[in-house]
Amino acid sequence: MAKRALRITALSYLGALIALPVGYVFYKAFEHGFAAAWESVTTPEAQHAFWLTLEMVAIAVPLNTIFGVICALVLVRQRFRGRALLNAAIDLPFAVSPVVVGLALILVYGRKGWFGGWLLDHGIQVIFSAPGMVLATIFVSLPFVVREVVPVLREIGTEQEQAAQTLGAAPIQTFFRVTLPAIRWGVAYGVVLTTARALGEFGAISIVSGKLAGQTETLTLHVENRFQAFDLTGAYAAAVVLAVMAIATLLAMNFFKPKEGVR
Amino acid sequence: MSIQVQGASKQFGDFTALDNVSLDVPDGSLTALLGPSGGGKSTLLRVIAGLEEPDAGRVLISGEDATAKPARKRGVGFVFQHYAAFKHMTVRGNVAFGLTIRKRPKDEIRAKVDELLELVHLEGFADRYPAQLSGGQRQRMALARALAVEPRVLLLDEPFGALDATVRKELRAWLRRLHDEVHVTTIFVTHDQEEAMEVAEQIVVLNHGKIEQVGAPRDLYEMPANEFVMSFVGPVNRLGDGLVRPHDLVLSRDDGAGGVEAMVGRVVHLGFEVRIELTLSDSSPLTAQITREEADELELAPGDIVYVRSEAPRVFSENERPAGTP
Repeated sequence: MAKRALRITALSYLGALIALPVGYVFYKAFEHGFAAAWESVTTPEAQHAFWLTLEMVAIAVPLNTIFGVICALVLVRQRFRGRALLNAAIDLPFAVSPVVVGLALILVYGRKGWFGGWLLDHGIQVIFSAPGMVLATIFVSLPFVVREVVPVLREIGTEQEQAAQTLGAAPIQTFFRVTLPAIRWGVAYGVVLTTARALGEFGAISIVSGKLAGQTETLTLHVENRFQAFDLTGAYAAAVVLAVMAIATLLAMNFFKPKEGVR
Repeated sequence: MSIQVQGASKQFGDFTALDNVSLDVPDGSLTALLGPSGGGKSTLLRVIAGLEEPDAGRVLISGEDATAKPARKRGVGFVFQHYAAFKHMTVRGNVAFGLTIRKRPKDEIRAKVDELLELVHLEGFADRYPAQLSGGQRQRMALARALAVEPRVLLLDEPFGALDATVRKELRAWLRRLHDEVHVTTIFVTHDQEEAMEVAEQIVVLNHGKIEQVGAPRDLYEMPANEFVMSFVGPVNRLGDGLVRPHDLVLSRDDGAGGVEAMVGRVVHLGFEVRIELTLSDSSPLTAQITREEADELELAPGDIVYVRSEAPRVFSENERPAGTP
């Protein structure tokens, strides 16, 4: 009985707070038929927003993966002054509101910011254009790979790597043949979370992008734009596209996951 | 290949793992580094392998200074206590690792791996993953992996320490036979004196980062250099000022032959031998080991009074006391 009560509690909590609202968005999107929804997500603005979002993900995710693994290696394998500081700094994007991140980027790279003026003089516009949006996306999605990889690195220890060394492997060979395969599920899960976070970023991007439809509008901003223009079908349909992309990422990971017992 | 360690020291924070250690390991020998945990034996092995950098001193492999060489260029095979198996690779992949790194032709690798799997009795296991092997099988795989690159020196760090008693015994005998076949200079670390005695030709006793004695198993047992070695390589009793092995004690029913008075506590039948647990008049314990016939003749029972004397008590002077003891 108690078991059953626990299960019902868990399921109704998830149902009321996650499944119901998300399900309702799907329902609303197709309320006026598939054709109407399709039409609203294939407008030039919507298409541009779709590709721009993918572009952000395509830049932020690989960078955060590579640097995330490097940060994790440094945190786990090295002892140095300031290590605790680095550890705390990596969690900063979790703690700080994305709005603050957006404002901070404007302070640094804006027209009147520290580097903004100099960069503008050299023809590089950061704020209200793609570079600033990439910076914001990287900032908010940075911790995931590090936080997923650190515990795995701790667990595997260094013996396998030392064994590889004594067998003649150079550091780079050891990394690609021994370390990376050993942490690959941590990395994969980190990539999934990073992708999901990058897809869904709204706060920081909405400040640094300037929200120019068809230019600096990502999918999340496009949803807001449609919603405020009372184009509810357009807003819900774009939201569905976002949700489907996130779900596809999660499924992709489950698809590649190893069968139990092999590891 | 011969190995020489000259004046190696290594400090971990406040802890001295190695204190000016010098050692000669002859070509083709089978040497055990024996000592209590924290005595420095694993550190010494890791310094020889290049996995640990000494604070001072040199390591020479076949006469050539290897101190500055990274582990991967020393031509050593290393076997870890917890196997260090590459979990994401099959047994074949594990054993082939060193050869794959060296970019040997595929056919050659295949043949070599098959040969090694046969040597370690893992012929049917090539396509398994380490998780599907028992501890003993994993360690044999690790040995094959280390031997694949034809190392000049084979180093084993408590190789059987994580295995259960039966498998350990089996692998000891097997390591001994393997060494007779392959003849590669081998050093292994152990804290088990019986293991060292059974497998090694030469034993190096390490304690508190220093070498207490180097010698053949029999020499260590019969001519220990100091109290520490004597009490580490076999059971001992303290009798007066000297140390004596349980089987060097002579028991008699009457005090005519001299000796000290003791009371029998327990009589333990071990098969061919009988262990007598005694208590001296100052209530310190004493253990004697005698043959079954002697025991039958004495007809000992708990509570009996016997007289104990020693054939060969060993008295060590102050300067023969081991380092670190008062």
